[in-house]
Amino acid sequence: MKPAPFDYVRPSHLGEATEILVKGQGSAIPISGGQSLMPMLSLRVASAETLVDISRLFELKTVEETSTGISYGAATTHAAIEDGKLPDPSRGLMHKVASGISYRAVRNFGTMGGSLALADPAADWPACLMALGALVTIVGPDGNRTVTVPELIEGPYTTILAPGEVITSIEVPRLPAEARWGYSKFARKSGAFANSLSVAVIGGGNKARVVIAGSSTSSSLLTDTASLLDRTPDATEDDLKTAIRDDLTKVDPNGDDYQHRSHAAIVLRAVQQARLP
Amino acid sequence: MITVTLTVNGQEETHSIEARETLADFLRERCNLTGTHLGCEHGACGACTVTINGLPARSCLTLAVMCEDRAVQTVEGTRGDPEMDLIRKHFHEAHGLQCGYCTPGMLLAARDILRRHKAPGEATIRKELSGHLCRCTGYVGIVEAIRRAGAELSDKS
Ligand SMILES: Cc1cc2nc3c(=O)[nH]c(=O)nc-3n(C[C@H](O)[C@H](O)[C@H](O)COP(=O)(O)OP(=O)(O)OC[C@H]3O[C@@H](n4cnc5c(N)ncnc54)[C@H](O)[C@@H]3O)c2cc1C
Ligand code: FES
Ligand code: FES
Repeated sequence: MKPAPFDYVRPSHLGEATEILVKGQGSAIPISGGQSLMPMLSLRVASAETLVDISRLFELKTVEETSTGISYGAATTHAAIEDGKLPDPSRGLMHKVASGISYRAVRNFGTMGGSLALADPAADWPACLMALGALVTIVGPDGNRTVTVPELIEGPYTTILAPGEVITSIEVPRLPAEARWGYSKFARKSGAFANSLSVAVIGGGNKARVVIAGSSTSSSLLTDTASLLDRTPDATEDDLKTAIRDDLTKVDPNGDDYQHRSHAAIVLRAVQQARLP
Repeated sequence: MITVTLTVNGQEETHSIEARETLADFLRERCNLTGTHLGCEHGACGACTVTINGLPARSCLTLAVMCEDRAVQTVEGTRGDPEMDLIRKHFHEAHGLQCGYCTPGMLLAARDILRRHKAPGEATIRKELSGHLCRCTGYVGIVEAIRRAGAELSDKS
């Protein structure tokens, strides 16, 4: 037994969960897959007076087709996406990302909602969902709100979630047939958190989105690179490198030379992959 | 203290525990099932792998109370299962273990890999095994054992 003591409750519906979480004012926290929270509790870098088990709430498990895409319940696991049994609006990108997260035993229980709420800078879902322009629905004591991923995540391990607020679903817009994506992850070991992770989505009539994430750099949109791709879809590699470097000095001002070179190489790989015919 | 009941290897286990007790400790200390090994206790090594409702899980990253009413299987519960006997035979023949510390997790992972991939090749097996550390064998024997087991299973089907 390694975590400090806590109480445990398993509410039977979402309203009850938010009520307990609101009353706890931060000393009560939700546990979903537990695949990040458990090690954090064991290492005692996180603590709670009450753990509110949201892993069985049916409200977080619904997956439905909407007019613009697919809405996934926050408790959708990485493995469910990996296995391709759910509808996929991303034309394979989400499957690719899911299957590279950690290891199967972790993917069986870890959830998309948990990954977004934790906002680990090196996590895969925030980067992927940011590149896809996903919308996150949050339920709290004062009702619902829907935000984009950049609005949700303020920085490493920091989100706008207030005590009592629970992510309930993530809506991923359908990628047009002509859109292309690229994904590249550099980690020391397969399944480990990324040193550098990039997702690029271009074409299909939408504005390009290029995202970098990794080690200390929270998922961030690379706007210079994206607008270069919008203006000049076949921009030269040198021009891309310049745009990427400019973006990195903005989104990762404290990154050292090694980190910037690693990030730049991975972004370039993702963009080049997305530009393949 | 909370009283929880879960099914472990087909038998109901009811114990009064603290909420913070992991499934791994529950299995080892309440149920005396010490085949589930603890290496890192933070999700990195795979020694503690069991299945929960058939899905491989890290028992060090799972609270026992969260498994209430779930069916847990440990390596002990796989005795006499023909699929596992075949995998064990190949681990034996291909030298898939030395000290045996990682082996319970490796065996359960092997079964899961073979259920999801038909006759997998070395690259697939290595990718799928990346969450399981072995400090003895250098993996060659383990990978070969799983490959042979997969080949034999697909011949049979
Ligand atoms: C060995 C290992 C390697 C890993 N490698 C990677 C990797 O390469 N890439 C990667 O992306 N991830 C990785 N992970 C993390 C994994 O993906 C987690 O599953 C995920 O980060 C958290 O999801 P969870 O459901 O387990 O959340 P939990 O651990 O249950 O919760 C995480 C946090 O989110 C909060 N929370 C959970 N659900 C909600 C919700 N619906 N609303 C509001 N708050 C919520 C919790 O209170 C907690 O603070 C790894 C984990 C391990 C153990
Ligand atoms: S002890 Fe659970 S993964 Fe290492
Ligand atoms: S056989 Fe000793 S750790 Fe694998």
